[in-house]
Amino acid sequence: MDETTLLCLIPALPLFGFLVTGLGGKRLGKGVPGWIATAATGLSFALALALFIGHPDGFGAAAGLGIKLFDWIPAAGLDLSFGLMLDPLALIMTLVITGVGFLIHLYSVGYMAHDEGAPRFFSFMNLFVFSMLLLVLADNYALMFVGWEGVGLCSYLLIGFWFTKDEYNAAAVKAFVMNRIGDLGFLLGLFAMVATFGSLSFDVVFGKAAAYSTASSPAVTLIALLLFVGAMGKSAQIPLYTWLPDAMAGPTPVSALIHAATMVTAGIYMVIRSHALYDLAPLALQAIAYVGLATAIWAGLIALSQRDIKKVLAYSTVSQLGLMFLALGVGAYSTGYFHVFTHAFFKALLFLGAGSVIHALSGEQDIRKMGGLRKKLPVTYLTFLVGTLAISGIPPFAGFFSKDAILAAAFEKSPLLWGLGVFAALLTAVYMGRLFILVFHGQGRGSGKVHPHESPWTMTLPLVLLALGSTFAGFLGLPAVFGLPNWMEDFLAPAAGPSAARLEPGTEWLLMGISVAVALSGLGFALWKYGSKRVVPKEDKKVKGLVRWSLERFRVDELYDTAIVRPLFALSAWISAVANDRFVDGAVGRTAALVAWAGGKVRLIQTGNTVFYLFAMTLGVIVIAAVAALG
Amino acid sequence: MISLAFYGLTALLFAAALLVILSKNPMSSVLWMVVAFFAITGHYVLLNAQFLVVVNLVVYAGAIMVLFIYTVMLLNLSKDSEPRRSLLVRLAGIASGGLLLTVLVGALRRSQEAATGDLAQVGATSLVGLVKPLGLVLFRDFLLPFELSSALFLAALVGAVALGKKEAGD
Amino acid sequence: MGGITLDHYIYLSVALFAVGVTGVLIRRNILVMIMGIELMLNAVNLLLAATSAYRGDGEGQVFVFFIMLVAAAEIAVGLAIITMIYRNTGSIDVKDYNRLKG
Repeated sequence: MDETTLLCLIPALPLFGFLVTGLGGKRLGKGVPGWIATAATGLSFALALALFIGHPDGFGAAAGLGIKLFDWIPAAGLDLSFGLMLDPLALIMTLVITGVGFLIHLYSVGYMAHDEGAPRFFSFMNLFVFSMLLLVLADNYALMFVGWEGVGLCSYLLIGFWFTKDEYNAAAVKAFVMNRIGDLGFLLGLFAMVATFGSLSFDVVFGKAAAYSTASSPAVTLIALLLFVGAMGKSAQIPLYTWLPDAMAGPTPVSALIHAATMVTAGIYMVIRSHALYDLAPLALQAIAYVGLATAIWAGLIALSQRDIKKVLAYSTVSQLGLMFLALGVGAYSTGYFHVFTHAFFKALLFLGAGSVIHALSGEQDIRKMGGLRKKLPVTYLTFLVGTLAISGIPPFAGFFSKDAILAAAFEKSPLLWGLGVFAALLTAVYMGRLFILVFHGQGRGSGKVHPHESPWTMTLPLVLLALGSTFAGFLGLPAVFGLPNWMEDFLAPAAGPSAARLEPGTEWLLMGISVAVALSGLGFALWKYGSKRVVPKEDKKVKGLVRWSLERFRVDELYDTAIVRPLFALSAWISAVANDRFVDGAVGRTAALVAWAGGKVRLIQTGNTVFYLFAMTLGVIVIAAVAALG
Repeated sequence: MISLAFYGLTALLFAAALLVILSKNPMSSVLWMVVAFFAITGHYVLLNAQFLVVVNLVVYAGAIMVLFIYTVMLLNLSKDSEPRRSLLVRLAGIASGGLLLTVLVGALRRSQEAATGDLAQVGATSLVGLVKPLGLVLFRDFLLPFELSSALFLAALVGAVALGKKEAGD
Repeated sequence: MGGITLDHYIYLSVALFAVGVTGVLIRRNILVMIMGIELMLNAVNLLLAATSAYRGDGEGQVFVFFIMLVAAAEIAVGLAIITMIYRNTGSIDVKDYNRLKG
């Protein structure tokens, strides 16, 4: 089987899995859909791995492995084709999507074992994997947009999976609508791209971009900014981030897959893919850096006071995404991707671990009611510890290397950016430490009715594997000072350009030292504040001041509600009452009334009087004959 | 000679037809109808349509008119039970009939027809009305309609019987 | 007197047809109205037979045959219907057959 076939099979397998589980549903038997979906994703991973082993440089030297499947929209001047392309960036994203996806599917087999709607769940999950693969494997922006929309749709379907609860449906709609707002920006960016370059195909656009001078060009800046608006929606940056915490309404595996490891990284992928354009638009890059940094700090502050275990992790995701965008904003594309890579491991690990805790406590999600789980859930405890250390940036775990690389790149651009980045890292360590200690240490603060037990192997095995990833993945991107090659940067160079920071070794060691110190102090602070056995978290009402403000998420949702949602509803109600009921329905109603009236008049011809009929007939014949005679 | 026969038959035909529609007694109408059929049969003879002669007599004058007589007798109709239309309607009816006549004649006067020939000639020489050639045409070109009409008769038979039955409780 | 051409037959048929129509319009007795219809049919038969003879085409007379056939069937069913209606309404006056009023 040749390689292009393998390439086509990679997205085709999850699509097939979606169709089979979606159409077969319960008829397939209990538990079967879960295994089918898991197998589909696993096979895709195996194929991607095979391609990787065959080409360890990720097709970088060959400028990518491509195939055009068919002509999709042959519009005049803009030929859109359905084509797949595999280069280092796409390959590594595929490996992450299918690999982490496989582990999460496996986990879900156990997690969703008792759920009635399990077949539907797995079909949506496979559809999601397919859409995400389409997004990263596309060879033109239009097809990428198809995948972009597809993941947005699956996000909606999966967040609102337990559709009997109204608030879950509201969360799903919120996610979808915010995504759509971002997508509008994306679409406008595509239009601008067509206007400027005349094509949406990667090779054409990037080829033409190279011909532009390096000075900033207004057209390209516009495109770059508009595309970033799309990324803001998809990757939950300010101001389009409020959907992500609400999206925790979905089952925990969904949070892990979509909102930690894959979908939210679509924005990052898109920016890296378009780096040729962003390099020509320094203004856009600055905007990205600032937005990312602001988001990182804002979300970090909110995470400090949240009560729900999943909400803490959600805000953490928003914050980490902000750091990734900071990296992109300072031009360190592959560094930003490196953080995506490591983050996929430890964030998925943290979410699945949270799911394990929730499962063990039969649905409890409030950390004020947790505690003392260390001895009862040993595997979960250990893996969650690894995740916490990784995200806080403690060496030698993965998060340290990627976060430090970002901070180094930021320092190269501006010490101010670096300083704020360090603050964000500090916040990370604090809120994660708090979470860890409140959940696992101290005395059990639960109601005592539930008896926590460790989760089944289908749930703990992925945790262990992800923990291993979180531990060792960092070594793929070692900084130059260690004297060892930075595999990640070399691998991605053909696709993303060189980007790791080039600093004096002395400065670099110093920065690393500061990062570690900050992380340790953050964790230490959390330990001091929350580790004492006497700490009893306050009731909501008693919280005051800045902490209260953070608890209420800085009231951003309320702001959106008053400023945007309510006026729109009022407008729509007015249109419904006036334009629709009066004009449209009125016109239709009046036409119907007219027809009925006419019918009433015509009805009178049916007198039932045979003689009348006969006369009418004869008259008709006479008229016809006359016309025939004269005509 | 032929012309004389033609005009004579025509006169008879019209007289009978007019008496059909003008008689007060329905029985008279039926009997005058029979006369009219005979006149038409005479026309067929002039045209040398031998088959039609026989069929017309047997089917029309024989079967159909007998049915009519049967029904008139069954319903016990006579001069007294005959409903009368108002004068206005009758005038309107006659006017309509006359108008129809005028229009049709007017229409057909202008029509061009290629057939020529004198009746004497045609009546003597026309071979198409003979039984054998007619039979050949009927069973060669019109076999299917012929067979289907037998199905039609079956339907009519069954329908007539079904309609004529007295329902329970009548 | 000149020869009798097809035109004569045409006028004859038309006139007979008009008589039939008038009969249908001026009488109220349903049976007489049906007889008027029969007159119309026969007028058409006559014209068809005449045209067929004058043009030497046998199909016209075959068609007459079929018309007679159908007329026979029609009369059978029609008279059965009238008998039925008479049983139900007790009248042969067309004016009383108005239950299908719109």
